[in-house]
Amino acid sequence: MSPAALAWLRFRRHRAGLAGAVFLLLLAAAAWSAPLIEAALGIDAESVDLFSRYAPPSAAHPLGADDLGRDLLARLLRGGQVSLSVGLAAAFIAALIGTGLGLLAGYRGGAFDTALMRLTDGVIALPLLPLLIVLAAVDPAKLGLDDGTDASLFRVIAIVALVGWTTVARLVRAAALAARAQDYVRAARALGAGSGRIAFRHILPNVASPILVATTLSVGNIILFESVLSFLGLGIQPPAASWGNMLAHAQETIWQAPRLAVWPGLLIFSTVIAFNFLGDALQDALDPRS
Amino acid sequence: MSRFLAGRLLQAAIVLAVMSFVVYGLIGLMPGDPIDAMIAADPELTSEDTERLKALYGLDRPVWERYLAWAGQALGGDFGHSRIYHRPALDLLAERLPHTALLMGLAFALSVAIALPTGIFAALKANRFADYAVNFLCFAGISTPPFWLAIMAMLLFSVTLGWLPATGYPAAGDAGWLERLRHLVLPVAVLGLLSAGGITRYVRASMREALRQDYVRTARAKGLSRAAVVRRHVLRNAMIPVVTILALDMGALFSGALITEIMFGYPGMGALIYNAVMANDYNLALVGLLFATFTTLAANIAADGAYVALDPRIAFRAGA
Repeated sequence: MSPAALAWLRFRRHRAGLAGAVFLLLLAAAAWSAPLIEAALGIDAESVDLFSRYAPPSAAHPLGADDLGRDLLARLLRGGQVSLSVGLAAAFIAALIGTGLGLLAGYRGGAFDTALMRLTDGVIALPLLPLLIVLAAVDPAKLGLDDGTDASLFRVIAIVALVGWTTVARLVRAAALAARAQDYVRAARALGAGSGRIAFRHILPNVASPILVATTLSVGNIILFESVLSFLGLGIQPPAASWGNMLAHAQETIWQAPRLAVWPGLLIFSTVIAFNFLGDALQDALDPRS
Repeated sequence: MSRFLAGRLLQAAIVLAVMSFVVYGLIGLMPGDPIDAMIAADPELTSEDTERLKALYGLDRPVWERYLAWAGQALGGDFGHSRIYHRPALDLLAERLPHTALLMGLAFALSVAIALPTGIFAALKANRFADYAVNFLCFAGISTPPFWLAIMAMLLFSVTLGWLPATGYPAAGDAGWLERLRHLVLPVAVLGLLSAGGITRYVRASMREALRQDYVRTARAKGLSRAAVVRRHVLRNAMIPVVTILALDMGALFSGALITEIMFGYPGMGALIYNAVMANDYNLALVGLLFATFTTLAANIAADGAYVALDPRIAFRAGA
């Protein structure tokens, strides 16, 4: 059996991981078909309708409406798009940065390696949330950046990626360090392979699965951070919906409609736990020792 | 030991210095500065006044020059005044510190009290139903948004059942210890329960690693009972990495405390820092962030020290 088939066999045995994967696929499908669902139901996420304030679930509003009469289901789906895009994009960028720096440090060694490891030590030790709050409060105009419509989305992605690359960097560095001493790497070098070829052809494939696992697990964390920032008013800005800012809003109207606070929280929870189970399952499936 | 410690302290001092510059620069990039606030408060100000005020406050100078001036004063113990409270920033922080220490201490104790027995139990029942159940609960703890759990707890225990106060904390001398305790229950429970998930996973993993060792099999082969082996050989070895992880977790615990304090209107340092950032209170935000960094760095050094002290196999290497 090929290694991929073996991994798939092991992955399937992890029922929670499988359930997580199915849930995430369904969520992504629903979130990105939000325009279709909105058109079918004749609703949209941002239009205010004061006649249906706090409307209970009905045919027109499957999950009811919020304090401005906006449809809850449509807003949840739009918020899902935001959370998934932020989580996946930031995790991907962080993995790229971490892989690049980790390869360089592990393969080159020396002063660069020492400096990088001290830097990751420092970043890992920091109290993350207060720092993220300061970063999120930075005014892009003072940096000469354009304040477009999607600015808050890109800013959250950039901020989280900026502090999230350290785990992958350490993983890749350790693997590169170990691989450097292996006979096959020395053989490749004796045959005249350059540093770039050795790094990408011989070292990177060996660290692909830990990178994949760490990145999957980090997506859940990033979604949590995004929701916290949006909840504190520093992430995705209204009227655009995100699960975090919907909860912030729901907290103010919690006496009139506790229902509004339940759904976004449940979705954050389910999405994050699904990514965590998925990461756990990948770890079991890709570990050749298991 | 002293050389090792000196190296770590030097490193911590460098991290702190770099952090202070980064945070100083970032705070200068937040919208609005003290002069903007004065302009907003006084429509009579002319643009000449503004220029004069900027020169007076040094805001016309480049950022590194301002930073050096600030750092010089800070090293002398003067961290400036808070703009919103009109008091020395350091005093404000010192007032809030005991509250945060109390919240974090109780939550930490709660999470360890849950995590240690649960993690050990799960490791001993590896791959059985109980293990899976514990694992699921741990993932639930890691995956729950803390602010959401806080809202749900308030909804249940304060709004619906009316058992506990939802927010606030009585000022010193305003209420007896029982009333204070009642205000602490929900914040401590939320923070403690959520940190317990991660710690339980560490305990479980560390226990399983220790159970796999050869000396465990040897001890069993000698005829020691399983309980005796676990008590004498496994537990002691498994707890070494756990102690390190607990200290390394301080940064995360502080982040959690920040949200918990905001949610429950608890007068701690985290809420103070958040309010300072939101209100452009430069001096207060700076000293708060630096103090938080300093504390987590100190916890890290303590973790390294504890690791070395607990594990006699680790020899000191210069610069390690």
